[in-house]
Amino acid sequence: MTAVLDPSPPTAHPGAQRVAQQVAQHRRRRARRVLVVGVVLAVAVVAVFVLTMSVGSSGVAPLDVLRSVVAPGSDPRTDFIVRELRLPRALTSLLVGLALGISGTVFQRLLANPLASPDVLGIASGASAAAVAGLVLGNLGGLALSGAALAGALATSALVYLLAWRQGISGYRFILVGIGIGALMGSVTSYLLSKAEVADARAAFAWLVGSSGMAGTAQIQVLAAAVVVLGPLSGLLGRRLTVLELGDDTARGLGLHVERDRRLLMLVSVVLVALATAAAGPIAFVALMAGPLAARLVAGAGSGIVASACVGALIVLVADLLGQHLLPVTLSTGVVTGLIGAPYLVWLLIATNRSGAGG
Amino acid sequence: MTAEHTLDVLDLHLGYDGPDIVRGLTTAIPPRKVTAIIGANASGKSTLLRGMARLLAPRGGQVLLDGVPVHGMRSVDVARVVGLLPQSPVAPDGITVGDLVARGRYPHQGWFRHWTPQDDLAVGSALAATGTADLVDRHLRDLSGGQRQRVWIAMALAQETDVLLLDEPTTFLDLNFQVEVLDLLTDLNRARGTTVVMVLHDLNLACRYADHVVAMKAGEIVVEGRPGDVIDAAVIADVFDLRCDVLVDPRSGTPMIVPLGRHHAGSRV
Repeated sequence: MTAVLDPSPPTAHPGAQRVAQQVAQHRRRRARRVLVVGVVLAVAVVAVFVLTMSVGSSGVAPLDVLRSVVAPGSDPRTDFIVRELRLPRALTSLLVGLALGISGTVFQRLLANPLASPDVLGIASGASAAAVAGLVLGNLGGLALSGAALAGALATSALVYLLAWRQGISGYRFILVGIGIGALMGSVTSYLLSKAEVADARAAFAWLVGSSGMAGTAQIQVLAAAVVVLGPLSGLLGRRLTVLELGDDTARGLGLHVERDRRLLMLVSVVLVALATAAAGPIAFVALMAGPLAARLVAGAGSGIVASACVGALIVLVADLLGQHLLPVTLSTGVVTGLIGAPYLVWLLIATNRSGAGG
Repeated sequence: MTAEHTLDVLDLHLGYDGPDIVRGLTTAIPPRKVTAIIGANASGKSTLLRGMARLLAPRGGQVLLDGVPVHGMRSVDVARVVGLLPQSPVAPDGITVGDLVARGRYPHQGWFRHWTPQDDLAVGSALAATGTADLVDRHLRDLSGGQRQRVWIAMALAQETDVLLLDEPTTFLDLNFQVEVLDLLTDLNRARGTTVVMVLHDLNLACRYADHVVAMKAGEIVVEGRPGDVIDAAVIADVFDLRCDVLVDPRSGTPMIVPLGRHHAGSRV
């Protein structure tokens, strides 16, 4: 190689400059797609967020909703309806959706399987079992309920991780162990319900269906703090996620601390799913659906975490809107997401079985 | 070209659950040469490569990169010097060639560092070197096996390391693609002085393309050196438990192994 007056580094291959331009174009096209999808989704999330607070027994114009949320004080009656009655519910839907969207896609990509969302892996069941134990045995509420759900989710995920560990983590074994542990946690929940006082059991049942409407202030606040801190963190960790999904060997070759980074990403996701569960109960299938839908929108570019968070938020907000106002009967958020999600899961099982990824 | 990097293996013991697979092995990888590790199945050749690539922690002994134990180094520092192509790498569904090869830049980027023209050039150079530039927008799943392997090599090249470890880079490829991949690695070695270490199954290709062969059996080295100096019928009989003639390749002058089975091996010499 004659590198005397060559401006490129000595490693450059002949023709590399021209190909580098192609690479830059490809990269910019991909980045533009991620940006456009992100902006469109974010606008849609804000629009539905406002819309859910605008409809109801007494309608409030979307602009008045916005004014009341951003700069209250001009109209006390509207402020009361929006801020006291509707904002907590809408905020819960928004935060729960963001949290579930992030945690779902992180697990799915870490384990390289669209089935591997925290609700399938038993982590949401672990959070639920611990929360039901708190409700039934200790009459817990507020921060203590969030704490119980978090402890349950952490213990369950640690158990799944340990049981699935064999010289590393394989997605397939992790999912099978997770489904097993999830079933165990479901049995624990049923046992607790069977032993509970009738009133406690009723409350626990209502909680288990999952609804944005029942979150307490403390649960909303702690979830908001988690989303504000862990959301951007997971975005930053997204690049490691894109390397981790190339498999442990390749990721280690590229300089990742595979175990440390995987545990960190899992920890972030488990905390998010636990606090979301504490706030609104186990809202079904959102974590399962958000990631693959988002990946389709961004055509697989980047880590897809932002898009997945937005899609998760959209699903929960729309489900709550449907369940509260648009369907002839009032349904809990979790029932609506279940109605959408169950057929999707069936389709996913069939599709992954056909391609050999689901087993 | 950057400084010459040395990769040394010192009394290395490696294993999974059971007994040691690599048993007290010591060798020095010749810098800026192509080294082929050969041996029968379960001889420990892939395990040795995995140990050198930090995929396995040593049970005893050390792997030294420029005299420093790699298992004590920061992972990302090693990744700037030593690249790896594992035996069966996995790609997420729907990933494009451009996206995949770009991920080879990971060790050169920080938490907040933006993509630079230098990164584009490294990726472009890797694509050009592997003849995959026209595939940049294509999905990996739509490519042939040979194209796919070239793309994976491109990802390892985009990492711009001076040492490249490859675990059976030609396995599952048709013969024409095997030759293509080995030619490509030779180009790379000659143009950039990259130290190439690979596990190979095909003895004749290993003898032709390697400057240095390491023949392993039962976790230990039987012989190592220039193929023409060290490969003979006795060595092949020992390493592979196979009777053979070793002729001189009429094209390259390197050893050419002609196996002698129980049939079809007697009439012409």
